[in-house]
Amino acid sequence: MTNDTKSILLVGVGGQGTILASKILSEGLARKGYDVKMSEIHGMSQRGGSVTTHVRYGTKVASPVVPEGGADVLVAFEKIEAVRWLQYLKPGGSLVVNNFEIYSLPVLTGAAKYPGDVIEKLKAEVPNIKVFCASEIAEELGNVKAQNIVLLGALVKAMGLENLDWKSVLKELVPAQLYELNEKAFEVGLAQ
Amino acid sequence: MKKLLTGNEAIARGAWEAGLHVAAAYPGTPSTEILENMSQYKDVYSEWSTNEKVALEVAAGASIAGARALAAMKHVGLNVAADPLFTLAYTGVNGGLVIVTADDPGLFSSQNEQDNRYYASHAKIAMLEPSDSQECLDYVKEAFSISEEFDTPVLFRVTTRICHSKTLVETGEKKEVAVRPYAKDSSKYVMAPASAKKRKFILDARIKRMKEFSETTPLNRVEKGKNSEIGIVTSGISYHHAKEIFGDDVSYLRLGFTWPLPEKKIRDFAASVKTLYVIEENEPYLEDFIKMIGVDCIGRDKLPWIDELTPETVQRSLCPESAAPQGYSVDVEVPPRPPVLCAGCTHRGFFYEVGKYKDVVVTGDIGCYTLGMVPPLSVTDTVICMGASVSGGVGFQKAVEKAKRNEKVFAAIGDSTFFHSGITGLIDAVVNKSPIVVNILDNRITAMTGHQENPGTGMTLMGEKTHQVDLKALCIACGVKEENIRLIDPYMLDETKEAIKTGYEANEPFVIITTAPCALIKDVIKARANMKCKVDQDKCVKCKLCMRSGCPALNFRGGSVYIDRASCNGCTICLQICPKQAISREDA
Repeated sequence: MTNDTKSILLVGVGGQGTILASKILSEGLARKGYDVKMSEIHGMSQRGGSVTTHVRYGTKVASPVVPEGGADVLVAFEKIEAVRWLQYLKPGGSLVVNNFEIYSLPVLTGAAKYPGDVIEKLKAEVPNIKVFCASEIAEELGNVKAQNIVLLGALVKAMGLENLDWKSVLKELVPAQLYELNEKAFEVGLAQ
Repeated sequence: MKKLLTGNEAIARGAWEAGLHVAAAYPGTPSTEILENMSQYKDVYSEWSTNEKVALEVAAGASIAGARALAAMKHVGLNVAADPLFTLAYTGVNGGLVIVTADDPGLFSSQNEQDNRYYASHAKIAMLEPSDSQECLDYVKEAFSISEEFDTPVLFRVTTRICHSKTLVETGEKKEVAVRPYAKDSSKYVMAPASAKKRKFILDARIKRMKEFSETTPLNRVEKGKNSEIGIVTSGISYHHAKEIFGDDVSYLRLGFTWPLPEKKIRDFAASVKTLYVIEENEPYLEDFIKMIGVDCIGRDKLPWIDELTPETVQRSLCPESAAPQGYSVDVEVPPRPPVLCAGCTHRGFFYEVGKYKDVVVTGDIGCYTLGMVPPLSVTDTVICMGASVSGGVGFQKAVEKAKRNEKVFAAIGDSTFFHSGITGLIDAVVNKSPIVVNILDNRITAMTGHQENPGTGMTLMGEKTHQVDLKALCIACGVKEENIRLIDPYMLDETKEAIKTGYEANEPFVIITTAPCALIKDVIKARANMKCKVDQDKCVKCKLCMRSGCPALNFRGGSVYIDRASCNGCTICLQICPKQAISREDA
């Protein structure tokens, strides 16, 4: 088997739009002619839990699940989620982190602490890391919800997939009235 | 062009292409989207049934009448539907009958990790196991043909990773299939002892024919590798995990038709390789059979039987010498992120108030309100299965009475779950004089699985308006006295408190119905979009009493309590809890 399979793991918190970003990503890759598998675990995500989406593509993909130490890119929509899933990043792989905090209930009530120096520690450990605040960028563009598309842009760049026709996929998968905003969000993400 | 479809989408599409007429299901992760997708095909009759037993019986009735029918459910749902399942193996079918069981290895959203492949061998019905979305589509069509050819219900077994993974699918055209004629035949469809005994011989003959089919069908196929050192017997998603690790060099026996299993094919395959691995998830279903026919293999002694199987567990277990490269790690203590009742959840007030009673035992149930167990509420004592809050509550109360203890039992059950299997427990409580308090947390929808209609919603799956079952009238009909029923607005803490107190003091079965639509329903979100609470920092004494409600919109930062505007929906539970009137409605 020519194992040219690439693996991407998107992790975040329910409501952040990780699944839509993964759908756009998978659809774009499929149209390019890759074999694509996308797998999501969203059991109780709407109730504030973590969401993870695995996207794998290549000539012929076997398992839909990204193995530990196997992700070419890990995109964390929330910074502590980057730490939670860090062991999935392949040595030499790229880490994209949304510098954004969402406190879980144990943190909100004071039962657990949200650690302070996450980004510094990540930077010290992972050579190939990109940190920026996609949420802030999206808010400036007009809607914080477009953070997922900003991150998608950064992911596309990290994978070197800029040449695919992402805009036509975006056009089909985001609501028409939000297309312009999302197009901009994607552009800004690409430039990160 | 190929389409990216989830397994659930592909099952719906495949069944529609196979000329399906009737589909029924009760929602349950990871199976829910099968019927949600089916309802888009308006030429198929689709319904949300009251529970899984009802769903299978609806499908079975349709099949006997001559239609192609499908019932879908999550793994534990098949326990509920097991009663008709076992006897349907005797009657057989008229139109093809396919039962989808969606198992949940890894318990992503379930109360247990049962492996439903054993239902096929126990009930003695044919079983198919697809491994990706293309096979979901292709095999479900095969399943209808097999069902009709062998006069048997077919169990179609999928797992979370198949249901919720998108892979590329070549779709086909819809085949028009006529509903077959029905001819009365009590020897086939009336399972009284004498006729059932005769049908068992017919079942026995059918098993023999299905065994022959299992040996020859391409659903069970060998993929020859370059070397004959290693052979792998596998089925479902495990095939792809095995392929990920072992690649094309080894040989595979891919089993898609997994009951009855092909004894000769397995023997021949085993003889063609030096070492035989059995790679499967959870129970040693294939392995036990292979060992039973006297073939040596390596499986469960190396592979775990707990949790979801992944490529890395296959690798670590079977070829540790080539274990994957280590990923990164940093020295940061990661705070947990458990699911919680949403901001503005209509269930919060009940759990907050009932949690104040130290001698109350809360028997919980399956749904969002299972989260009444999560700190800081930490209220729920038990959660077993759908309906057990009520009937388990009766048993708890009887034991308390025997022991002369004084715990008071409050059962907490949602509207959909009450219709599913709480009603029988309530009748039990009434008839057997059990003074428990049954709390029907009625949010007008089946919420946890993503908002499916239920008998209290007033809409069908196909989008038609329909009768709304009146919960209060239903409880009265079950024998609960009208003076022992409270209908309350769960956003009003005083009402909630009063109802709980009256129920606590009651010596007879008591029912509290808390009715308010789920905060996540789109129209509710819209209506409450500008309803927000805020904290007056000058009045707040930082007692953090409000935070005991466990609302994720409340947070404590830098010594002060804040309310997150984005998630607050102005439910005012915190406002009503605050002893210092430090919280107010922004719009008030």
